[in-house]
Amino acid sequence: MKIGEKVQWNELLTGGVIEDPGNSIDYKTGSWRIERPIWNKEACINCMFCWVYCPDSSIKVDKDGNMAGINYDFCKGCGICVKECPKPGALAMVLEADIEKKGMDVVFKETFGGK
Amino acid sequence: MGKKVALDGNAAAAHAIRQINPDVIAAFPITPSTQIPMTVSSFIADGLMDTELVTVESEHSAMSACVGAAAAGGRVMTATAAQGLALMWEILYIASSMRLPMVTVIAARALNAPLNIHGDHSDVMGARDAGWIQLFCEDAQEVYDSIIQAIKISENKDVLTPVMVVMDGFNTTHSVEVWEMEEDERVKEFIGEYEPKYPLLDVSRKITYGAWAPPSEYFEHKVNQLTGIIRARPVVKKVGEEFGKVFGRSYDCFELYKLDDAEYAIVMMGSAAGTAKDVVDVLREDGVKAGLLKIRMFRPFPAEEIKEALGNVKVVATLDRVIPAGAYGSPLFNEVRSALYDAPKRPMVIDYIYGLGGRDIQPKHFKEVYENLQRIAKTGKIEKMLDFINIRGKWGK
Amino acid sequence: MAFLNDLAKRGERFAPGHRLCPGCGQSIIVRALLNITDYEIVIANATGCLEVCSGLFPYTSWCVPWIHSAFENAASTIAGAEAMYRVWKRKGRTDKDIKFVALASDGGTYDIGLQALSGAMERWHDFLYLCIDNQAYENTGVQRSSASPFGANTTTTPVGKVKRGKEQRRKDIMSIVEGHHIPYAAQASLHNWRDLMNKIKRALDTKGPTYINVLQPCCTGWGFPPDMTVEVARIAVETCAWPIYEVVDGKVKINYKPKKKLPVEEWFKMQRRFAHMLKPENKDLLGRAQELVDEHWEWLLKREAAGL
Ligand code: SF4
Ligand code: SF4
Repeated sequence: MKIGEKVQWNELLTGGVIEDPGNSIDYKTGSWRIERPIWNKEACINCMFCWVYCPDSSIKVDKDGNMAGINYDFCKGCGICVKECPKPGALAMVLEADIEKKGMDVVFKETFGGK
Repeated sequence: MGKKVALDGNAAAAHAIRQINPDVIAAFPITPSTQIPMTVSSFIADGLMDTELVTVESEHSAMSACVGAAAAGGRVMTATAAQGLALMWEILYIASSMRLPMVTVIAARALNAPLNIHGDHSDVMGARDAGWIQLFCEDAQEVYDSIIQAIKISENKDVLTPVMVVMDGFNTTHSVEVWEMEEDERVKEFIGEYEPKYPLLDVSRKITYGAWAPPSEYFEHKVNQLTGIIRARPVVKKVGEEFGKVFGRSYDCFELYKLDDAEYAIVMMGSAAGTAKDVVDVLREDGVKAGLLKIRMFRPFPAEEIKEALGNVKVVATLDRVIPAGAYGSPLFNEVRSALYDAPKRPMVIDYIYGLGGRDIQPKHFKEVYENLQRIAKTGKIEKMLDFINIRGKWGK
Repeated sequence: MAFLNDLAKRGERFAPGHRLCPGCGQSIIVRALLNITDYEIVIANATGCLEVCSGLFPYTSWCVPWIHSAFENAASTIAGAEAMYRVWKRKGRTDKDIKFVALASDGGTYDIGLQALSGAMERWHDFLYLCIDNQAYENTGVQRSSASPFGANTTTTPVGKVKRGKEQRRKDIMSIVEGHHIPYAAQASLHNWRDLMNKIKRALDTKGPTYINVLQPCCTGWGFPPDMTVEVARIAVETCAWPIYEVVDGKVKINYKPKKKLPVEEWFKMQRRFAHMLKPENKDLLGRAQELVDEHWEWLLKREAAGL
């Protein structure tokens, strides 16, 4: 199915249906974010509470069903994952602006300490 | 071979539905269409058809369930009238916008208030721009034949647009007439199988229906939708001809009655056309060049053909069975007059309203209309652009 | 926690890229619905936040067949689809086992869609009606619904110089649903994902009409920070403002009883819509709100104890 601003009326599908299930992945909501959650793999216990509560399906999952990071293409920075994470030091909210200013490594260290 | 039966319009509709044996019917009873779901229910109860009948709690839900069923993928029908159609109104647009084939039989009836359960076209005319094809019938035979054709028209892959088959409440729904019922097998063969284009139930495809379209998208969708109903024009004609070949009764978008050399013509729809034809015959015997144009397909409106058919007439009267409060001209009047605007000879057109809430229209009334048309032709003057037939009290100056 | 890991492995059927507010719990509920089983599911979605945010042309977040028709007819739309499914099954057009779900918010359920819901339950369609209850017409800008609690400050029950928020108690939709004697009805909260998922699974596995009412705290309409969605739901349950329970064969089973029932004030404190209730001059309102919560909670306890 053709999509986008340039699609003419006669290129639409009959009845205005959409044939591409889940094509909203082409619309990145990550740009809405002011704060972002960052994840410390070392501390994580893979309980997947963050996954079950994330409203934007933005917790990445590895083949074993374990936590594998955050999908910043879509994460809107709501902070629910951080709030609901039971393990101190596994997830934290930081300002996007801080990351821009100081770089991820510095912010990570400041937040979680360690390496 | 078909067989002659003596049954009323509702029974004609019910038998057509039985022979079509749609996958799903969702219906709610309302006078004067009640006998349709009732009769269909008894057919199902007796095992004569195996449609899933959804006995909904309102017409709003009837049309909603029809939309759900048609989108799921399959043949869907319903029947209603008046307030019922009005209650469906919101969802009528959704059915047509989603391009879901289905057939609704309408027993055309007045709208409240005051309460009236009898025939007129207030309900259907209220839905005339809902994106549905509208076929008006004169008698039980036409009802039966048109419902069968409507399935084929609606499901035509260029059309994919819902169809209303309209008969006049009581005049047709409750009048017993002799008509010809075809054999079940031959009807089945005529309508063929239906392959839905985007069935929800094909879970491998995961179709999304009814996403919302912001200002950047909506307009294109509506124009796209229009193509279906516009393409119905030749399809209605073609299916009408095919039907004629198979069953011996052909149909077009309209019927011309002694219109070839007519100077005075009435344009109308529905059951009263029969009476009008009788009057034309009588007038013809007296040498009056009277004619009749009975419109069968009101949507899409066959403007070009009508321009051609009426182009040589001197004066035209349109007879509407609805009172479009505050409009300049009744629906049929406006469509016909607009179609004639570009005709080389451009006949004069006047507007009549008749038959509201089941008020009868008799031969003498048609005669008066034709007399008025002759007077206008002679004097070149129209005294009243709009008049009401058979009301107490005088309208206008 | 192997349970969640196993679920997470299966992949999502509600794609990101939807436009729900940051922190909106609607998608938490939808993901629970689509993740807990791998049944084929066909959805009819009523007009509302979820619908406009998940199906915005030319995008869809749905990886299951999905239809939106209008505001008040999710139940009758799914009824039609389910009726067609029976035909497909009977005529051998599909060999799939498909479940049917109507999704609507409180507006489309308690109010404008109540008739269609009632009809579809009474006709015994085989479907789950999942009400995502955010206690107001959030999509049109936080107007009161019959699900809005007593005292709530909404845009049609605004707190002003003489008026003090919604003057009526919320409608007990569960009792209305129960009156249809359907095989399974439940109330749930998104914070308790295990309970919510169990209920969804049970409903999908039950033949006939089933109903689940899920509290969906709306950060935008209720006025709390987006990271608090789950916590606000949790405290609703801890205060018994939102009891989680089931009605099976006419019998109540309360699924969670707080060890120490918190005063409803604790829930109100978290939300802007109840801010006025905490002012000294509105003590009477707070008292009344607590009475309403207690009355309902005790009624449930009594029913459960009596096996009713
Ligand atoms: S909630 Fe925290 S501990 Fe659990 S999987 Fe997510 S990051 Fe890891
Ligand atoms: S911040 Fe919100 S959207 Fe982002 S990953 Fe966490 S829960 Fe998901």
